Amino acid sequence: MDILYLLVPLSVVLVLLIAGVLWYAVRSGQFDDLEGPGFKVLLDDDTPQAGEAGSAEQHAEPARRQVEG
Amino acid sequence: MSTAAETYNYQVVRQFAIVTVIWGIVGMLVGVIIATQLIFPDLTHGIAWLSYGRLRPLHTNAVIFAFGGSALFATSYYVVQRTCQARLFAGPLAAFTFWGWQAVIVLAAVTLPLGITTSHEYAELEWPIDVLITLVWVAYAVVFFGTIAKRKTPHIYVANWFFGAFILTVALLHVVNSAQIPVTWWKSYYVYAGVQDAMVQWWYGHNAVGFFLTAGFLGMMYYFVPKQAGRPIYSYRLSVVHFWALIFTYMWAGPHHLHYTALPDWAQSIGMIFSLILLAPSWGGMINGIMTLSGAWHKLRTDPLLKFMIVSLSFYGMSTFEGPMMSIKTVNALSHYTDWTIGHVHSGALGWVGMISIGCIYYLIPRMFGRTEMHSVGLVTLHFWVATIGIVLYIAAMWIAGVTQGLMWRAVNPDGTLTYTFVESTRASMPFYWIRLGGGLLYLSGMLIMAYNVWKTIAGRKATDAPIPAYAPAHA
Repeated sequence: MDILYLLVPLSVVLVLLIAGVLWYAVRSGQFDDLEGPGFKVLLDDDTPQAGEAGSAEQHAEPARRQVEG
Repeated sequence: MSTAAETYNYQVVRQFAIVTVIWGIVGMLVGVIIATQLIFPDLTHGIAWLSYGRLRPLHTNAVIFAFGGSALFATSYYVVQRTCQARLFAGPLAAFTFWGWQAVIVLAAVTLPLGITTSHEYAELEWPIDVLITLVWVAYAVVFFGTIAKRKTPHIYVANWFFGAFILTVALLHVVNSAQIPVTWWKSYYVYAGVQDAMVQWWYGHNAVGFFLTAGFLGMMYYFVPKQAGRPIYSYRLSVVHFWALIFTYMWAGPHHLHYTALPDWAQSIGMIFSLILLAPSWGGMINGIMTLSGAWHKLRTDPLLKFMIVSLSFYGMSTFEGPMMSIKTVNALSHYTDWTIGHVHSGALGWVGMISIGCIYYLIPRMFGRTEMHSVGLVTLHFWVATIGIVLYIAAMWIAGVTQGLMWRAVNPDGTLTYTFVESTRASMPFYWIRLGGGLLYLSGMLIMAYNVWKTIAGRKATDAPIPAYAPAHA
């Protein structure tokens, strides 16, 4: 089972790399706020026509919006 | 940069979203054909190009890499842009990932029926195509992580962590698993042989399930379920724990595909133990997704997109319970090599991967064309029910067929001889092959309904790219 001499060390290296990324992410404050990010994606309104007043998209397609509405 | 005219790159999202539907139909149609061949082995009159052995890898490649892959490209490009509030990094490279990936798919559709194959399951494509895949994937990584790097928001949303892990791991898996020595343009040999080869095959195979078919689609789930529900993910903290727990523990589940083989017993047991451990993060994620609807369950009644997403999570929960259970050696002794495995795979593929992708594509398509919803919400609901009934028929039939086969194969007479011949177990499976065909046909017809609906949604509409909103730092 020589292949295990490749796959097992590879996994160990990977786990160390993952641990390194986790350590870096924690240190750089990625996980300081574990509530807010969940709400922030909702604040980004990606629905056309739904209250993106004044956005570039609106004056790009004003006529068609009214047809749909 | 500061002009109001800067928009998100929706072009590549739009392209991938539309081909997802097309490749879904193609891949599932081939699935229906090979399901029919299992009932009528002479269906294609012995034409080699259309034989089961060649069409089956075409089916798996088409549904996993063409349908699932395109859905992953579309959603990851959308999510990374919206959550980073930045236009895709390296636009031409993103366009290359689209055309390159389509070229891979077309080459697969030509070479596999011709019998050009490496015979490595889920990695059958010959080495020139493997090289192209590598180029596309490197471009994908550059575009994705480049966009992360130029993000305007300090936090990297959890969905991007899942997409990022999926991209990096698939790159590693592809490189290790594709170590071939070319002999001619369309023939190569693996550097591994025998049980070594089997170990690499399933190290690749199961991690492809874990990172291509799970982590990537969890990225979709963590963005689109909250967006469609209009509620934040049930526990953001749990989603972060889910991510790290999953990627720390996934790597060594593969040997459970090689129970009772020449693989050393301890390696088999490690595969089983890691598979059992995986139940915890998987169910954590499943509960996290479903509970996002907590307090808003009424939305499930009227919103077919949420129906797709929540039922998809239920299938994720089911198959991530079934998988660890089947990895237990004593259960595996009954289930292995039977159609139970096929049922398990399709509960994950049709249920989890298929339904979450369909839900997300229904979310994306109208937005790509400046509309708020699909042409017909009723047809989306119809698609949901047709698909759900199809899956239930499919997996229930395969459970019964699989357990029947397992029990018949192991039955012995008092004198130690086998009670049944193999062909008797095949005959006993026939009614269930018919039911499976019916389930597959239903699922395919759901995709045709989707294609019609998508066509009606986008026909005559102008492709619309949304502007990037000015970044307002949170004041919390």
